[in-house]
Amino acid sequence: MALPPDPASSPPPSATPPTQPATLVALFLGFLSIGMMSFGGGLAAWIRREVVQRRGWMDDPQFLTGYALSQLVPGATNVNLAVFIGAQLRGVPGALATLAGLMLLPVALILLAGGMYLRVQGAPGYGWVAPMLAGMGAVAIGLNLATGVRLARRNLRGIAAGMVTLATTVGIAVLQISLLKVLLVMLPVSLGLSLWRGRA
Amino acid sequence: MVPVLLRLALLFGGLSLLAFGGGAGVIPDMQRITVDRYHWLTAPEFLAFFAISRAAPGPGSLIVVLIGQKVAGLAGAAVAVLAMFGPTCVLVYAVARVWHRAGGAAWRLHVERALAPIAIGLTFATGLTLLRGTEHGWVAYAVTVVSAGLLSFTELNPLVALAGGAVTLVLAGG
Repeated sequence: MALPPDPASSPPPSATPPTQPATLVALFLGFLSIGMMSFGGGLAAWIRREVVQRRGWMDDPQFLTGYALSQLVPGATNVNLAVFIGAQLRGVPGALATLAGLMLLPVALILLAGGMYLRVQGAPGYGWVAPMLAGMGAVAIGLNLATGVRLARRNLRGIAAGMVTLATTVGIAVLQISLLKVLLVMLPVSLGLSLWRGRA
Repeated sequence: MVPVLLRLALLFGGLSLLAFGGGAGVIPDMQRITVDRYHWLTAPEFLAFFAISRAAPGPGSLIVVLIGQKVAGLAGAAVAVLAMFGPTCVLVYAVARVWHRAGGAAWRLHVERALAPIAIGLTFATGLTLLRGTEHGWVAYAVTVVSAGLLSFTELNPLVALAGGAVTLVLAGG
């Protein structure tokens, strides 16, 4: 005799994260907090924490598909990811809610910071602002190069892929060829190499 | 005013559609066009804006807000944001639908595999181009090298590194 399913036993209490309804307000507030926490980069890690772990709106495979897709489409990866997640959960209104949540506070903050910078520029007391920003700029370049190193260590497989990376770097940074021309050459080359290597 | 806003829209809208592998890839072109061609800002200003946009929360592409603000005030900032993020947001929405239908198709995996090494090259090119576009003293070069090493191979918080770099150059007197 089949027993009716016990509502208390499903879902398993510890295996699934708490699932909260993805209302437009919840989407907006969730991404508002993501936008504020993402000091110094690492936005994707914050998005995963909020969307997968804390709110249970998506599972990991869904999140990773969205992440790969967001890198594939041009534009800021994390902004794309926010739009993807909002669109998956609540369509166009959801995408607008996550986008607005992610961008609102950072845009306001950066306008304030930029306004302050433009005001103190050349004013008395500016003496220490210039070296401070130069120091932050020097580290920002270091952070950029370090991101390249980390990505290369995790994602570059084989000499051919390494050559594509090197050619792209040299073409833009050393030979100063425009991005569009470099992409027009490197995209077909890299795609050809992938096809030549066989099954993805 | 209007021609400047139109120029901002065309520039950032065009660059955003080329920003494969994230917003950082277009920084070299952005620097070349805004500093060298249009003379909207100087190279040190560009680096300062880059540093501010990296230190602030949110996507690094928000540097366009600062450039727009410098060029045409709040209207410039608004146009810059819409141009930089509008077209790509529409695109990601459209591609998300196509992507779902593609499932685990072979062409999809090939495209993912082909884009990865290019995106990594764009990341390196951005750092090197910025390094070249600014008149770095040896202290600044040392800060860049040390922070690149620390951030590559340790779990140092980038904010701590940014503060450390700022303090170092202030103490070194620029």
